[in-house]
Amino acid sequence: MKSLLSFKHGVHPPENKEITSGMKSRRFPFPKEIILPLSQHIGTPAKALVKVGDRVERGDVIAAAEGFISSAVHATAAGTVKSIELWPHPSGAMVPSIRITVDPNSTQMQRPRIVPRWQDVKEEDLSKEIAKAGIVGLGGAAFPSHVKLCPPKDQPIELLIINACECEPYLTSDHRTMLEQPHDVYEGIRIELKALGISRAVIGIECNKPDAIEMMEKTKPDDLDVEIQTLQVKYPQGAEKMLIKAVMDREVPSGGLPSAIGAMVQNVATTANVARVFKTGQPLIERIITVTGRGIRKPGNWVIPFGTKLRDVIEHCGGLTEDAEEIVFGGPMMGQGQANLDVPILKANGGILILSKDECKRQDIMPCIRCGKCLDACPIFLNPQLMGAMAKAERYEEMVEEAHLNDCMLCGCCSYVCPSNIPLSQLFIMSKTQLRKLAAS
Amino acid sequence: MTGNPIFDSALVLGSVGLFFGFLIAMVNKKFQVWEDPRIDDVEELLPSTNCGACGQPGCRAFAEAVVAGSEQPSSCTVMGAEDVADVASYLGVDAGESNKRVARLLCAGGKSQAVQFSDYSGLDTCKAAAAVAGGGKGCNWGCLGLADCEDSCDLDAIYMNDDDLPVVIPELCTACNDCVEACPKDLFELMPIEQKLIVQCKNLLKGDAAEDLCSVACNTCNRCVADSESGVIEMINNLAVINYEMNELTDPKAISRCPTGAIVWVEGQQFKESSMELEKKAV
Repeated sequence: MKSLLSFKHGVHPPENKEITSGMKSRRFPFPKEIILPLSQHIGTPAKALVKVGDRVERGDVIAAAEGFISSAVHATAAGTVKSIELWPHPSGAMVPSIRITVDPNSTQMQRPRIVPRWQDVKEEDLSKEIAKAGIVGLGGAAFPSHVKLCPPKDQPIELLIINACECEPYLTSDHRTMLEQPHDVYEGIRIELKALGISRAVIGIECNKPDAIEMMEKTKPDDLDVEIQTLQVKYPQGAEKMLIKAVMDREVPSGGLPSAIGAMVQNVATTANVARVFKTGQPLIERIITVTGRGIRKPGNWVIPFGTKLRDVIEHCGGLTEDAEEIVFGGPMMGQGQANLDVPILKANGGILILSKDECKRQDIMPCIRCGKCLDACPIFLNPQLMGAMAKAERYEEMVEEAHLNDCMLCGCCSYVCPSNIPLSQLFIMSKTQLRKLAAS
Repeated sequence: MTGNPIFDSALVLGSVGLFFGFLIAMVNKKFQVWEDPRIDDVEELLPSTNCGACGQPGCRAFAEAVVAGSEQPSSCTVMGAEDVADVASYLGVDAGESNKRVARLLCAGGKSQAVQFSDYSGLDTCKAAAAVAGGGKGCNWGCLGLADCEDSCDLDAIYMNDDDLPVVIPELCTACNDCVEACPKDLFELMPIEQKLIVQCKNLLKGDAAEDLCSVACNTCNRCVADSESGVIEMINNLAVINYEMNELTDPKAISRCPTGAIVWVEGQQFKESSMELEKKAV
C-alpha cells in the first residue's frame, strides 16, 4: 500500500470522534434571545446598521463591513433589537453586541434575497457577492473569505486545496458537512475556482473518515478537475501550512501567505456555505456545530443559529453531567476555554466541547528537564523549550527575533507532549498578547 | 646572568614588572579623564535602590545628573526629606520641590466583592490568566489577584491582602512604574499623593449589569457628579472620571452618597487592613 501523505513532526492525540461522528445534524430550536457581536471575524469590527426597537427578519444585514478586512453580520432570527451593549465574547473580552429578542410567533423564514446565478457573475464580482453574505473562514480563524479570494495580483494561484482534515480531536462538524452536503461542497469548489480563475482543486481528507471519502468519491462530478487526497491522521494536519506541505510538498515562507507559493486553502464548511449563498440566497447565519465531550448529557451535531447563548445550547443538550469540568469553544488542542455561560456561539466556532473531570487531568507544572520532546513535536521546527524559558523571563522581543515566535501558530503540540506539563502554548499566547500591547503603546 | 636560577628569575620578572608598572603609570597620567569627585560622594548619599523612578537608568546616573545640575535632588522619590536636604547642602544647590507620587489601584473588587464565574487553574500569573477567557472573573476589567504586581515590585511596597487585592504601602512606593507595566489589566496609575479622590473601578457597564458583577463597581448613578463642584467629576463611558486638573476643588463630600463605594477619599494607604488581617495580628 502506498504510504499516505503528511508532514514531519506533529502528534497523535486520542481522536474521540466516535462520540458524535455517526450523528446526523439536526436543527437547533431558535432561542429566546440572540447576541450578535460586531466582531465575529479577524479584522475591523462591523458597523451596526440597526437601532434599538428595530424589527429585523432572519437574514437581514444588521451590521456592515467596515474597511477592507471586515465582514457583515446578519440577523440569525427574526425579532426586535433590544439593545446594543457590551457583552462577553468567547475571546474573554467585552465587545459591543446587538441583542435581539426573538419573535416567538415568527415563522423564521429567511427574508427572500435576490442573488444572481454564479455562472452569470464576472470573476472579480464573485467575491463581492460572498462579502455581502458575510462569509468568513469556518475553520476557526474566521478570516473574511472575500478577502482571501482576492489574492495579490503578483502571486498567481495554481491550486485550490479544500481543507477537510478536521484534525482536532472530538470535532465532527466538517465530517458531517461532507456526508450531508457533498453537492454543496462541489458547487462551492466550482464557485471558488471561478473566482480564482483556476481549474484544479484537491480535497484533503484524513484517512480516519472513510465514509466521508467514499461519499465525496461517489458524488464527484465528472467535469470537475478535483482530486480527493487521503492524508495520514496526524495533528495538526488541518493547519494551512501543514496541509500545503502534505499535498503540494511546498513550504510557505516565514511571514508569507500561502499565495506566495501558489496555493489557496479553503475550509470545506466555508466552501459549502459559499454554494448555499448562490443556491438559496442564505447568508452565513448558521452552521453545523458539534456539541460533544463526556461532560454533556446528549452530545450531537446541531445546525445552530449564531448568537445562541452557550447556556441555551447546554440546556437543550440535556445539561452538564456531575463531573463536567471545563468548556472549550473549538477543539481541545487549540480551542478557547470559556468562563461565562452567557457567551454567544459565533461563526468561527465549529465545536462546543464539554470535558469531564477524567478528560482534563490537571497536573502540577514541573521544571523543564530539557528532554527535547517539544522540538520533535513542533510541526514548524521551532524551539518551544527555549521560547518557554524566554516567555517566563518576559524577554518577548527576543522571542520574535531569535526564536521566531511569529511563526508559531499555537497548535499546542508542544504543550501536549511536555512531560513536565509546562503550558507552553499558553505562554506563547501570553507573549503575543504582551507584544501587541507593547506595539500599541 | 649570575647562574643562580632563583636570582635570575627574580631579576627578569622584577624588571618586566617595573616596565609595565611604569607603562601603566604613564597611561594613567596621559589618558586620565577627570571626574567630579562629588559624583562619588553624592552616590554614597543616594539610597542605591536603582529603581528608575527618577527617569535615570540608576542611582549613579542620577548622581551625575544632580552634580551636573540637570536634576534636582528632590527628583529622587526614595529619599526622605532629610536625605534630600543633605544632598542639596553638600552640593549647595536648591533641593527643589518634592512631588511624592504613589501607585494607586483602580479596582476594589477582591474575591469577596467581585463575582468569579469559573476557576482558573494553570500558570500562576495574571498575564497568563488574562489570556484564558479573561481569567474567569466576572468583571472583565477587574484585578485578577495573581500578584504579578507584587512580584514586579523590587521595593516590597506591594503586598496581597486577604481579598487577593494588592495593597500599596505609600511610604515604600517610589512610583517607579514597574507595577503599572506588570498589570495586564492596566489597573495601576501613578498619582500625586495629594490626589485623594479616587474612582476605584474601571467597569464600563451600567446600573445592575455592573453591580451584578461586583459589589463595589461604579454603576453610573451620577450622584458623585452632583455632589461635587461642576466639572470635577464627569461620566465618560459609564464610568466616573475625575478631572485632576481641578484637584483643589475635590472634596470628601463627593463620596458621601456613592451607593457602592466605588469612589473613595484616600489618606495614605489605599486599602485599609481587613478585619481578618487585624484578627490575625491580634492572635
